[in-house]
Amino acid sequence: MADLTTNFIGIKSPNPFWLASAPPTDKEYNVRRAFEAGWGGVVWKTLGAEGPPIVNVNGPRYGVVHGADRRVLGINNIELITDRPLEVNLREIKSVKRDYPDRALVISLMVPCDEDSWKDILKRVEDTGADGVELNFGCPHGMAERGMGSAVGQVPEYIEMVTRWVKQFSRMPCIVKLTPNITDIRRPAEAAKRGGADAVSLINTINSITSVDLDNFAPEPTIDGKGTHGGYCGPAVKPIALNMVAEIARSAETAGLPISGIGGVTTWRDAAEFMALGAGNVQVCTAAMTYGFKIVQEMISGLSQYMDEKGMTSTADLVGRAVPNVTDWQYLNLNYVTKAVIDQDACIKCGRCYAACEDTSHQAIAMSADRTFTVKEDECVACNLCLDVCPVEGCISMRELALGEVDQRTGRKVGTYANWTTHPNNPSAQAAE
Amino acid sequence: MTNSQLTPGVVAGRLAADDYARNFSDIAPRLDPHEARVAADRCYFCHDAPCMTACPTSIDIPLFIRQIATGTPEAAARTILSQNILGGMCARVCPTETLCEQVCVRETAEGNPVEIGRLQRFATDTLMDKGVHPFTRAAATGRRVAVVGAGPAGLSAAHRLAMKGHEVTVYDGRAKSGGLNEFGIASYKTTDGFAQAEVEWLLQIGGITVENGKALGRDITLDDLRAGFDAVFLAMGLAGVNALRVEGEGRDGVANAVDFIAELRQTADLSNLPVGRDVVVIGGGMTAVDAAVQSKLLGAENVTIVYRRGKQGMSASEHEQDHAARCGVRIIHNAAPVAVHGNGAVREVEFAYTKQTPEGLKLSSETFRLRADQVFKAIGQTLQGVPEGLAIDGGKIAVTGPGRTSVKGVWAGGDCASGGEDLTVTAVAEGRDAAEDIHASLTGGQDG
Repeated sequence: MADLTTNFIGIKSPNPFWLASAPPTDKEYNVRRAFEAGWGGVVWKTLGAEGPPIVNVNGPRYGVVHGADRRVLGINNIELITDRPLEVNLREIKSVKRDYPDRALVISLMVPCDEDSWKDILKRVEDTGADGVELNFGCPHGMAERGMGSAVGQVPEYIEMVTRWVKQFSRMPCIVKLTPNITDIRRPAEAAKRGGADAVSLINTINSITSVDLDNFAPEPTIDGKGTHGGYCGPAVKPIALNMVAEIARSAETAGLPISGIGGVTTWRDAAEFMALGAGNVQVCTAAMTYGFKIVQEMISGLSQYMDEKGMTSTADLVGRAVPNVTDWQYLNLNYVTKAVIDQDACIKCGRCYAACEDTSHQAIAMSADRTFTVKEDECVACNLCLDVCPVEGCISMRELALGEVDQRTGRKVGTYANWTTHPNNPSAQAAE
Repeated sequence: MTNSQLTPGVVAGRLAADDYARNFSDIAPRLDPHEARVAADRCYFCHDAPCMTACPTSIDIPLFIRQIATGTPEAAARTILSQNILGGMCARVCPTETLCEQVCVRETAEGNPVEIGRLQRFATDTLMDKGVHPFTRAAATGRRVAVVGAGPAGLSAAHRLAMKGHEVTVYDGRAKSGGLNEFGIASYKTTDGFAQAEVEWLLQIGGITVENGKALGRDITLDDLRAGFDAVFLAMGLAGVNALRVEGEGRDGVANAVDFIAELRQTADLSNLPVGRDVVVIGGGMTAVDAAVQSKLLGAENVTIVYRRGKQGMSASEHEQDHAARCGVRIIHNAAPVAVHGNGAVREVEFAYTKQTPEGLKLSSETFRLRADQVFKAIGQTLQGVPEGLAIDGGKIAVTGPGRTSVKGVWAGGDCASGGEDLTVTAVAEGRDAAEDIHASLTGGQDG
């Protein structure tokens, strides 16, 4: 069985599956249960400065988007950082870490944006025995209104400044957690790197309103008739998170900066995808909140099996494997030509490919009186939509045209690799000489 | 309970009270809202959907299922009822396994179709439970139409005609409306008085007068109707029953399956309904299955369906045959009755095996006897009391196009008319289409 142990910025854990800083990691009781279930690490729910604890709403904290059969596709939350006294959290962290020395235990922090506040909190957490700190620059609701969380994460200069303080006042490894509520994720990542961060973790939650109560005309979750934007997470946000992770992994400025991948990780496969795009480990929240801590067992067995099948002996073999294949549009091979092919034996004649192509695409599928659907190669632009909407797995595939084969649509022979940068229609094309 | 399944003869009260309640409860209860959403989500929303083509009333099935999936079952019901005003009953009794669900692409793909019938029931029940009748009448045309028969075809035509603004009078020979919906369908398919509730709901459209206890030929004549109305729609069904034409057919205990089913449907306390210990049903259609299964559910010890042809020849669907088998009914194929033995009452039925020959079905010399204290004949119904002057085709009123008979101003549909399968849903379609044609002739045809 593949070795799943990871060493992430010097923090060792028996597997790359950590629980993200969130409700599941707010208390000793939960974290002990998580470790008993097999989680490799935990990022303790965000601690704030000493003083009167944070206050949470007393109505619903979560809004949800359901798929069929009430499958949870996404959850948003308006919960703030821990609402328990700092002392209690610190005592519990110390106790848990003492009993689970082999697990990673990182403390998430969020205090006001001044040097003394950070200096003070770092001093307080140092003797817990925790393995590192994660700076919560991502929380998009509530705390942001008070100048913390994503209010910091949206200003690269602040990120750099605070990260620098943290590295100055503490020897603990420092992970900077990034908010996706920003136009270019590379800028805050670069700032974290400049400030001396050991790693970034992303994504934090996305600003969202999950739904609107159409009887009371109020956003969900609704508190006494009113609602506010909350942070969206779960399977629905994974594609956004994957892109942001990849952008940081492949950027020259941030290449090599360790990444902890977060955002809709629900199965071993999701985790493997994040890792292939450069994440050294992953953090999970929504899946645990939906199914409980036991899911980590599937994640461990699934990733092990996959790595065995691929001949990978360590997670390092997987991390970053897909990064070289993430490129810019302009470098995509315009001479790569495919055509949809419908397997008539597998086809159940639902006609979804036809409706999609005829109504919304390129009129490249013919329908006969007996409901036989065939691709018109002279019209097919290989957009893939038919394959995407087909309910039968493997029924529609994309056939790659061989070099020299004539594309019936354009009448041209398939040539060798050529991209937009040299295309004759590109005004700024460079003649290939 | 003085009697049991083993009590000889035709007696009542073979079961405990709980058994009757359980045996005759709703065979496919309404889906709850969550079940309906999950079932609806399985629909692929096919292009030019095969299910819609297979439905005799052409209900837009993908649309109504999508309306359920998006939380608007009332809108789904409107989609259904605009094509099939008896969509509530059809959801219960349609042989969906040979219609919409048979051609569902998920049946093709995985042998497990979208539950179209049950989803239809969820939608129509939701709307009807709210007491909503979603259609209104057009401005009065001043035209009057007579409908003969308050079964599916007649009610469908009456509703459509009333909606178009015509005044409709429906005549029916029985004391209650509904036709086979009320008298001819297995009890467990339509529980809780649904047939009557549906008739009352349908009549909320207004403009329809129902005259029960008035049969064509007995109380009214076609000539009267033609004289008193602008158009006539005949939908009186098939009142006659085919005879076995074998020795001993007249013995006590030999009855028509349709009469047994009708009596059962009208019996408030089924523990009072007598049934034999050994019941033999002769025939291969839905009536045979319904009579056999319900005999079994009433506590008969042995129930046997005997059909003269093979399994494939049975007009009862495979689904229905399986249902009968699950209920403990034995089905014997390729045998036909040759004599009913007994001394006063029936004791045994003698059958001969049949064989298919180039000259047709022949009886072989090999015979067997089945013990029987009750025998139900279910070998088909026939048209009775056809008014003079109407052309007949294959034992039914000949019609062309949307139910036009050989007599001007007279239309026909449902089981009494030629063409189409004898199904509730087909009758509804024929009634609807005839009504549209009558409407066209009463309005557009006026000047021409």
